[in-house]
Amino acid sequence: MDDHSPLKRTPLHALHVSLGARMVPFAGYDMPVQYPTGVMKEHLHTRAAAGLFDVSHMGQIILRPKSGKIEDAALALEQLVPVDVLSLGENRQRYALFTNDQGGILDDLMIANRGDHLFLVVNASCKDEDFAHLQEHLSATCALTLLDDRALIALQGPRAECVLAELWADVATMRFMDVAEADLHDVPCVISRSGYTGEDGFEISIPAASAEDVTRRLLEHPDVLPIGLGARDSLRLEAGLCLYGNDIDTMSTPVEAALEWAIQKARRAGGAREGGFPGAVVVLHDFAQGAGRRRVGLKPDGKAPVRGGAMLYADAQGHAEAGVVTSGGFGPSVDHPVAMGYVAAAYIANGTQLFAEVRGKYLPVTVCALPFIIPTYKR
Amino acid sequence: MLKFTDEHEWLKIEGDVATVGITAHAAEQLGDLVFVELPEAGTSLDKGATAATVESVKAASDVYCPLDGEIVESNQAIVDDPALVNSDPQGAGWFFKLKLSDPSAANALLDEAAYKELIA
Repeated sequence: MDDHSPLKRTPLHALHVSLGARMVPFAGYDMPVQYPTGVMKEHLHTRAAAGLFDVSHMGQIILRPKSGKIEDAALALEQLVPVDVLSLGENRQRYALFTNDQGGILDDLMIANRGDHLFLVVNASCKDEDFAHLQEHLSATCALTLLDDRALIALQGPRAECVLAELWADVATMRFMDVAEADLHDVPCVISRSGYTGEDGFEISIPAASAEDVTRRLLEHPDVLPIGLGARDSLRLEAGLCLYGNDIDTMSTPVEAALEWAIQKARRAGGAREGGFPGAVVVLHDFAQGAGRRRVGLKPDGKAPVRGGAMLYADAQGHAEAGVVTSGGFGPSVDHPVAMGYVAAAYIANGTQLFAEVRGKYLPVTVCALPFIIPTYKR
Repeated sequence: MLKFTDEHEWLKIEGDVATVGITAHAAEQLGDLVFVELPEAGTSLDKGATAATVESVKAASDVYCPLDGEIVESNQAIVDDPALVNSDPQGAGWFFKLKLSDPSAANALLDEAAYKELIA
């Protein structure tokens, strides 16, 4: 990214400014990092009631099979992701990864089967590369569109369903990872029961022209507060979810990243469509032999947060290197510092004591299971 | 005597001892603090050296020593409850007391009017 190029704005930019948000550059966009409420309260409010996030910077992509058969789009996309797309039912969504030839992760994304097309949501920082990657490999079989006329918001938290039910009663029939079309205040929206906070909730794709109106009406509900990127990061970290560019990137493989659950049986060794994605040899080898390192949860024993980039050692003197922290901060809901990172295979067992180098000191941290909170997805 | 630095610290100077903290503006910019690390009494620090570290939910920031001196006391209350820095930055949320090597050096710091102009 050219540092001098002007920051892009989402359709909700004026709304953020009017709400008093502190705006920061993120993935080329001018985005709200926090509102006057503050990161701590925004985080806690999302887990107690409902938080509304602008995630319009993320890429929304439509893959339409030229044959008219959704199976053709699914099989085409399976050439780029180690995920079972073919078995994804209509109006169901699934987490996925784009891999490269070395088995590294190019991006993580959501794939939804919308009946006559596939709908993808990809990371803001990767969306142009992702779209070019899709065009390069799939344009023979699919018509591809990177939507630039849709906003995307997330409504997350235990009150999200009740809030949305006031606009659309059928929302209660959706379960985790269902997708539906519905009119909210007469605006046609695409809603998925998903999110990235560990809470039950929804992501709502809205035509840009109506996005501010729909969002303002949701914010009128007393249970809903606007939430910035600061709390989005602490919420996803407590939920053990990866941030692309921090916790996963082209140097990490899905097995190293502890994302085996994202690769269904059909694509693994012995599966109906074994391999057939970039880097399959590496990824299937990792499944069979284990990876040399693994992403784990890390709980600092003390009060000091341990941030991404901190080196991990097996000893308190910093002699035996054990790994590196990739994300870390304070977890407002668990009320202690939380982190995740990669450690060598010898140190992955829960309860293993390691030491993180922070400002020249070696602070004790304990390897622990992720997530740090209990997710409340409505399965 | 109340003085300020362009690093957003305040100093309340009584005799040759300065009580040092961060300004309300700095506390607001940092957001909710979750961790504070303070220097130990007896530590000698040069002006500009890292004296303390504060961490918000999002990020860590250093607090610099505003003048040459020796730490004579640190405020354990903000270590126990970092939120005190946000709620009362220029009162109960003070950081440390610094015995100044050269009290006259404080004259070169900003007065309140100059600091207010800086953050305006």
